[in-house]
Amino acid sequence: MTAINIENLSKNFGTVRALDGINLEVNKGEVYGYIGPNGAGKTTTIRILLGILQADRGNAAVFGRDAWHNAVEIHKRIAYVPGEVNLWPNLTGGEIIDLFVQLRGNTHKSRREELIERFDLDPTKKCRSYSKGNRQKVALVAAFAAEADLYLLDEPSSGLDPLMEKVFQECVMEFKEKGKTVFLSSHILSEVERLCDKVSIIRQGKIIESGSLDDLRHLTRTRMVLETKKEISSLESVEGIHDVKKQNKGVTFLVDTEQLDKVIEHISKFGVKKLESSPPKLEDVFMDHYRDDGGES
Amino acid sequence: MTGRLFHNSGRLARLILRRDRIRIAIWLIIITALTMIVAAAYTNLFTTRQEIMTYAETMRNPAMTAMVGPGYGLDNYTYGAMMAHSMLILTAIAVAVMSIFLVARHTRRDEESGRIEMIRSLPVGRLSNITATTLVSFSVNILLALLTGAGLFLLGIESIDLPGSLLYGATLGAAGIFFTAVTALFVQLTANTRSAIGYSIMFLGLSYLIRALGDVSSEALSLLSPLGWITQTQVYVNNYWWPLLLTVGAALIITAAAFKLNSLRDLEAGMLPAKPGRKTASSWLQNPLGLALKLQRTSLISWAAGLFILGASYGSVFGDVDAFLESVEMYREIFIIAEDIPFVDQFVATLMSVIAIISTVPALIMILKVRGEEKAGRIEHLLARAVSRKQVMGSYLFISLTASLMMLFLSAAGMWTAAAAVMDDPVSLDAVLKSSLVYLPAVWALIGLTVLIIGFKPRAAFISWIYLGYSFFVIYLGEMLQVPDWMAGLTPFGYVPKVPIEEINFGMLIILTAISLILMIAGFLGYKRRDILL
Repeated sequence: MTAINIENLSKNFGTVRALDGINLEVNKGEVYGYIGPNGAGKTTTIRILLGILQADRGNAAVFGRDAWHNAVEIHKRIAYVPGEVNLWPNLTGGEIIDLFVQLRGNTHKSRREELIERFDLDPTKKCRSYSKGNRQKVALVAAFAAEADLYLLDEPSSGLDPLMEKVFQECVMEFKEKGKTVFLSSHILSEVERLCDKVSIIRQGKIIESGSLDDLRHLTRTRMVLETKKEISSLESVEGIHDVKKQNKGVTFLVDTEQLDKVIEHISKFGVKKLESSPPKLEDVFMDHYRDDGGES
Repeated sequence: MTGRLFHNSGRLARLILRRDRIRIAIWLIIITALTMIVAAAYTNLFTTRQEIMTYAETMRNPAMTAMVGPGYGLDNYTYGAMMAHSMLILTAIAVAVMSIFLVARHTRRDEESGRIEMIRSLPVGRLSNITATTLVSFSVNILLALLTGAGLFLLGIESIDLPGSLLYGATLGAAGIFFTAVTALFVQLTANTRSAIGYSIMFLGLSYLIRALGDVSSEALSLLSPLGWITQTQVYVNNYWWPLLLTVGAALIITAAAFKLNSLRDLEAGMLPAKPGRKTASSWLQNPLGLALKLQRTSLISWAAGLFILGASYGSVFGDVDAFLESVEMYREIFIIAEDIPFVDQFVATLMSVIAIISTVPALIMILKVRGEEKAGRIEHLLARAVSRKQVMGSYLFISLTASLMMLFLSAAGMWTAAAAVMDDPVSLDAVLKSSLVYLPAVWALIGLTVLIIGFKPRAAFISWIYLGYSFFVIYLGEMLQVPDWMAGLTPFGYVPKVPIEEINFGMLIILTAISLILMIAGFLGYKRRDILL
């Protein structure tokens, strides 16, 4: 059963092409990471899923129903947190949380109190006096207090302090345990790495990579730090080794994951004194795609 | 499907009422109270038949017709007709402005700031917000209609009867409903609040001008303007209801169009395309003054054009003034103060006093922008760099002062140009310019007061508007109601000599200028010292 199904989706703003035929499938119970640089089209995608922007071409379906035509029905089952939260200056945080919960129709008083406490929010303050982080917390509490099946989160933890970011991540993990679906657009790659089962990378309106984190890691290089007994030379000429740098005692370099075997074989001839390898991080995957596909960037 | 478009509209309407309960109450109270006070004032001011008939003659003249609409029932002038004639258009404009702000605030402003996005992520229909907003605005206007209607009737003045009072209220309400619809439409066209409000106010201004020209020259032209329709009700004399059917009918059609456009467009987009901007800052956008100017350029140009046109439309009635004079012997006897002062000069003086106050509006907008930027948290970007507070305030003050000169000059130029075109023996440019520019020190005094408030009590900056409103009340109604001298003495505009009928009193002008200067310097000192507040 799919929670989100996007097929060949395109959206233009005037002459600017924001989305260029993207495909995406999120299954029920998955925590799905959606990453990409600023202006890549993340927010546009989410807004189309919310039925507040209309697609020019292609389909966007949530729970198998068209996102534009069935917006109201769909919204009864989803919760959304925007990256930049603006609130009415003369209402209090508590009033806004209640309003949002009421508009949705189901009330969970105890859940609301629990979340206010966990996020350490003062609901009696007027929104004009909230900082960015506190406004973000209001949106998070309002969204998480709802009993939803799908959580659409658009850079939800921007502006949160590390403590609150942790609370946020705990909440997402709880959703995951309960079998809820979470679609998380984020810049914080460590967060995506920790929370998500699957990831899509979008760039200039196109999905350039999709899959589980493990799949993506295979696409990239492992960083190694090496010290040998004998002076090692001619590393650059070995297939699959890149970016060789001398350090005070040894060398560091990157290895293509599929050439790992041959490289180990090669370096073992020099008498390995120390070998550290760190698995590719999402950041490396991300950066790789920046460099490779962009060319100019 | 259709029901889904409006899902939860009722809850959103309640949210709007919750947010604006005080704002709406203040508007309703001020408009109702002002209407009642003025109506009651007439009975004290004009006690004899002779006085009333003299006033009727005043209202017959074309300059008055241009300002407040055509007179009716003048042969048997009653308090009701007097009040309705002099107050209806002005009050309708106030109601229109209320409706424009109300609608823009809850549609485009909320959308622009991203709040509607959060609302729309909930089970809320695509048209729910505009439905809630128009519903609230319509209801507020209906309530206003009932309040003013009942209030007027309860005064118990002889000619101010129940059917007339209800129609008077309903006319105001209809104007509000019409401009609710117009704003709901403009809000669909442009993607930002400022333009949406700007277009709506411009539409209101054009309606007034077309009506002014039409009322003086041809009735058909007046019928092109919604403000022209509402003067056709002839409240307290003939009590015609059909103009209201026309107004409300048109409003409903416009509202339907706005709903249609709303359902077609994307959230946060406007129907009119936004142009891509410049890649680099132009050479004059390199300092605080350049920035302040750039931010207010459109507003400045629009106001300048608007005041030129306002001046010109008043000036265009001067041709009729001559003809009018020849026909009314009695008027000549009563109103010509001295034989050597041409009658038309008095019109210049009267119209200029009102134009001067309207010219103060852009000057205040320009200086209050410095507070607006502070409130939006953007002034910090400047102050965190190598820019002093003196420079920031100085930039906005410079623009405000320039605006005051520009507006007074252009309105005078507009008036003279039009007058020269229609008069056989034109009034001199020199006289018109003097009549206008003599108000500069008074405008500066208001700017000075605003600088002072911004310097010390920034959150009270709205007081400048109330003070200007008071000045308008005293000067505008002072012409018609002869308000007590001490009331005129409370506003700087009361001290300005009415050139060309009065001599220029340089002593008074120097004192006013000196006071303005002191206020400004004090304001600068306060601004240097105080906290920057959101």
